[in-house]
Amino acid sequence: MSDLPLEPHATDVAPGDEGEIQIRARILGYVVGLGIAIVLTITSFFIAGTDLVWQPSIPVAIVVLAIAQMGVHLVFFLHITTGPDNTNNVMALAFGVLIVFLVIGGSLWIMSNLNQNMMPMDQIMQMQR
Amino acid sequence: MSTIVLGHADPHHLGGLHAADHAGPASKRIVTGYGFWIFLLSDIVMFSCFFAAYAVLSGQTADGPKGSELFDLRSVAAETGCLLLSSFTCGLASIAADVREKTLFQLAMALTCALGLAFLSLEVREFASLVARGAGPTRSAFLSAFFTLVGCHGLHVSAGVLWLLTMMAQVIAKGFRADIQRRLLCFALFWHALDIIWVALFSVVYLLGAGQ
Repeated sequence: MSDLPLEPHATDVAPGDEGEIQIRARILGYVVGLGIAIVLTITSFFIAGTDLVWQPSIPVAIVVLAIAQMGVHLVFFLHITTGPDNTNNVMALAFGVLIVFLVIGGSLWIMSNLNQNMMPMDQIMQMQR
Repeated sequence: MSTIVLGHADPHHLGGLHAADHAGPASKRIVTGYGFWIFLLSDIVMFSCFFAAYAVLSGQTADGPKGSELFDLRSVAAETGCLLLSSFTCGLASIAADVREKTLFQLAMALTCALGLAFLSLEVREFASLVARGAGPTRSAFLSAFFTLVGCHGLHVSAGVLWLLTMMAQVIAKGFRADIQRRLLCFALFWHALDIIWVALFSVVYLLGAGQ
């Protein structure tokens, strides 16, 4: 392997790779990721069944905790970082997230709009007579 | 050697011969990993369609049972634990592969496989009990969407377990060759991505569904 130092901006890194990091630090990374993920999971399961918090806030809290945990998985397990060697991976991820939000948000928006504009079922039944 | 050099930008030790703006084509590991990353994102987009269908149909129970009457959150918590721990052992396996520790690698992969199979058996048991209670996929639009979404994730996990066993056999037969290492990179990405989809799944389907 080359003794010459590589230019930090001249290299890319594959998604899932971590670049040049000591093994102990890599294992520590997975342990930290696992710990945060367990805490977030337990919190969301606890919040879903509790009556200690204001009830309408529960769905929002569950969604926020889920997004946080997906971020933890991306950083600690898939090693998608903000480093310059990761730009391509992050750009692909950003495009994927955009499409996911368009598909889910768009579907919910359109379907709830149609649902509100639809005539109530009993009136439709009367028109068919 | 304690540092691992992955993704060579300079495989032929040419060093200073190249000017900085002529880095050359990316290494095969980076190209393969990036291509597989694009595939994973398209898979996630496909899952988002199933999620959208589920979100739209989750109220359409056709006077049948609602999610809060069907879901057993303790079983879901056990499934979540299995998949989360298997993601961790999969990470340990990829570290072992990078330092070429064969025994450690096979041990971590076997553990990942066992946890994946435990997840699948819990899910099959849940599906069987739903069908036995008359809440099969044909009962209502809500249950059709539920079985499609959760079953599709289960199919992905099954495919992942088959791939995992293939990789264990390939490492025994061929060792840690460069092409095997690339396949291991892709497998680890796939397995971690399944866990990300499960996070969205247990939050949206089970935890939000149990509160309705």
